[in-house]
Amino acid sequence: MQTDMLPANGGAPAGFGMPADANQVEASPETCQFISFTLGKDEYAIDIMAVREIKGWTHTTPLPNQSPHVLGVLNLRGAIVPILDLRSRFGQGLTETTPMHVVIIVNVGERTFGILVDAVSDILTVEPKEIKPVPENDKTGSEAYLNGIINADHGMVVVLSLKELFN
Amino acid sequence: MSSDGSSGSEFDRFRVTFFEECNEILADLEVHLTQLQSEALDVEGLNAVFRAAHSIKAGAGAFGFTRLVTFTHSFEALLDKLRDGVLEQTPQISDILIRGGDNLAELVAAAQEERELPEDFAAATLADIQDILQEGEVATDASPEASVTDAAPDTATGSGSATWQVVVTPGQDLFKNATEPLLLIRELAGLGELSTECNAGNLPSLRRMDPELSYLSWTFTLVSDCTKADIEEVFEFVDDTCLIEITQSSQAANPDAQSPAPDTQPAATPEPATAEPVATPQTVAAAKPTGPGAATSQSKPPQASSIRVDLNRIDRLVNTVGELVITQAMLSEEMAELAEHTGRQHIAGQEQLAALTRELQECVMAIRMQPVKSVFARMPRLVRDLSGKLGKKINLRMAGEHTEVDKTIIEELADPLTHMIRNSIDHGMEMPADRVAAGKSEEGTIDLSAAHVGGNIVISVMDDGAGINRERVLGKAIEKGIVAPDAHLSEHEIDELIFAPGFSTADSVTDISGRGVGMDVVRRNIMGIGGRIQVTSTPGRGTRFNLLIPLTLAVLDGMIVAVGDQRYILPITSIVESFRPEREQLRFLDDRTQVVSIRGEFIRIVKLCDLFNINKAVRDPASGLVVLVEVAGGGKVGITVDELIGQQQIVIKSLNDNFDPVEGISGATILGNGKVALILDIEQLAAMRASNGGRHFAGELGVLPGGAIVAAE
Repeated sequence: MQTDMLPANGGAPAGFGMPADANQVEASPETCQFISFTLGKDEYAIDIMAVREIKGWTHTTPLPNQSPHVLGVLNLRGAIVPILDLRSRFGQGLTETTPMHVVIIVNVGERTFGILVDAVSDILTVEPKEIKPVPENDKTGSEAYLNGIINADHGMVVVLSLKELFN
Repeated sequence: MSSDGSSGSEFDRFRVTFFEECNEILADLEVHLTQLQSEALDVEGLNAVFRAAHSIKAGAGAFGFTRLVTFTHSFEALLDKLRDGVLEQTPQISDILIRGGDNLAELVAAAQEERELPEDFAAATLADIQDILQEGEVATDASPEASVTDAAPDTATGSGSATWQVVVTPGQDLFKNATEPLLLIRELAGLGELSTECNAGNLPSLRRMDPELSYLSWTFTLVSDCTKADIEEVFEFVDDTCLIEITQSSQAANPDAQSPAPDTQPAATPEPATAEPVATPQTVAAAKPTGPGAATSQSKPPQASSIRVDLNRIDRLVNTVGELVITQAMLSEEMAELAEHTGRQHIAGQEQLAALTRELQECVMAIRMQPVKSVFARMPRLVRDLSGKLGKKINLRMAGEHTEVDKTIIEELADPLTHMIRNSIDHGMEMPADRVAAGKSEEGTIDLSAAHVGGNIVISVMDDGAGINRERVLGKAIEKGIVAPDAHLSEHEIDELIFAPGFSTADSVTDISGRGVGMDVVRRNIMGIGGRIQVTSTPGRGTRFNLLIPLTLAVLDGMIVAVGDQRYILPITSIVESFRPEREQLRFLDDRTQVVSIRGEFIRIVKLCDLFNINKAVRDPASGLVVLVEVAGGGKVGITVDELIGQQQIVIKSLNDNFDPVEGISGATILGNGKVALILDIEQLAAMRASNGGRHFAGELGVLPGGAIVAAE
């Protein structure tokens, strides 16, 4: 599993198996890049520009009286960074962490935090028109964190808005 | 001119620097003017004040703050006469200088905040200065001989006009030093009739010209009754970058006017002009500090050199060194485990690294340290003004002004200290007649002192006034509903009431003592920088406030405590003591509230494991430890922990950069093993319990600020 630091500029890191067509699409300035990762069988993606680094799971210091998905804080080279369990945020219970789990450190607005996922899978380079809107099945707006769906070769990838997710 | 090529933001930056400098200069000025209140300034003091005014004037001119320039110009003129001994330092002049200092500060503040001052602002001071200067003129004319002093040979100048020739050849870097020649020329033109000749001979071809360099030089012909020193003064700030030649040309209006040519001979020499051949004009003061330009060179006494550094850079340095310390500690720990397999040399190297790291950290922390003098220096004025206004006689004694503390803390100290001193004068001190009646000396004394105690600084404000009027304070507190009417409070607890919020907000307790002029704010400010404030008072004898303040905000002396498998940090400054209570000392008041009795005091117990839902923690205080801590409002609570791990200086990290505030937690730090430990916020912990019910306990006093409960005896 990939646990090395990943440059946020999206340079092709070893071991990710960049799809052949990705490089071709990259020529267009319109394209956007996403990092995709898995939670169980589901695949999700977040904007690559928000990703600061990717590291293996390490022990965190719990914060008292927080929502269950707040796993605690860790020391990221001197900065105190909270780590959030995405699985738990989706209401699927706490992740049983192993050193094989992956934390994606992201910058959202002024803040830096980490999200715990099962594994990082790919870098997706797509054109905006390839991101399909999420069908409006829920009027409550509780799924505002769903930004769209990408139809990748191997299946559907849901694009998440981190800002909405952990607001 | 120099700013033409630069962007607006650069100009803003210069502006910011200017005001920063102004504030430093004003603080310095304040020190000297304060001294002036009690005694006349010596030459050095006068020079310092003059320099201060002059620096402000120069900067103000460059930024176009005309009112500031006009005022400083007059102020400076007065100082100049004092410096030269033309005028004597009378109390009247001292008073004008002090007032002028105030006006100057106000003008600078107005310029900084870009607000308009009333048209007649400082007019009275200016008029007074004008009067004094005119009187001085008369005096000078009457006895010209007397004014010839060693310090300023130039003042012997007669009043006839002379023709001066000034050749200014700037260095190429003139513009890079942000010098605007036009301003200098204008200032020169202000001295008299000026004709200017520009020499463009050195101008290279357009292709080879560097637009940022200066190629021009000027020859000025000035007809004026000014002295050479006046001309020198115009160029005072460029004399190290420009070659300046000032000569008096032959067509002087009358021979007397030539005498000032600053040879140090007294004006008595009959025909000094003939001593120098008329054809070769006397060249005076070419390069910097040589020659008889004594007035300017003398005004630059040797100073410890210093540089101005952006605070952010220092913060970054402090942080990085903090990281280094942690990394070093981590390595040490790991090495210790490997010790058996490691060579001796490794261990020795490790120890050396540890020592060096500590030393480096101390050096870095020292960069931010400044003496508290800058805050203390404002106080004599406050005492003087306020006691004058109230008709009280007060002598302020200060000690330990050189005690150093972190810059950020110094900034936070100014308000609370001002408040406390004002409070002492306003409410602690009696009127002179009352003091005599009470058998005390007519003049009251306020002692302001600072000293290092351990890792903290203790600042105390002590007055020999009437002390806190407990009856009134208690009465007021009951009236305000801060204390229950039937409460029984110890004397100390009554004194502490002056810090209670709401105690001060409404109408004052009037005359003698006991009105907390925002003492709750004072306490909040002090707690905000991790400090504590205590008051002790003896009726009729006086009141003493003690401030215990950490030396820096970046690090904290912490006690690492264990609760279950978690580690937390308690600030050492709040810890009173820790002990393992006997079962008989413990008592449940209801199903949630437990108290511990120690030396006749009942202390509420705060169970960290319950508040934070920590499993595997020791639940019974009798099997663990109770750490007695002090909270705002002077109350105490006992926090239960499993054990104390040890004391350590920790680097404080903000949790809120990346996360919302967590109740009961004030920050975080990184332990030697690289893991994060949370720093407990005692005030919030005490309040958390209060909000969970059990607000009133033991009936009497109830809840003090921050939910702290003071046990009533």
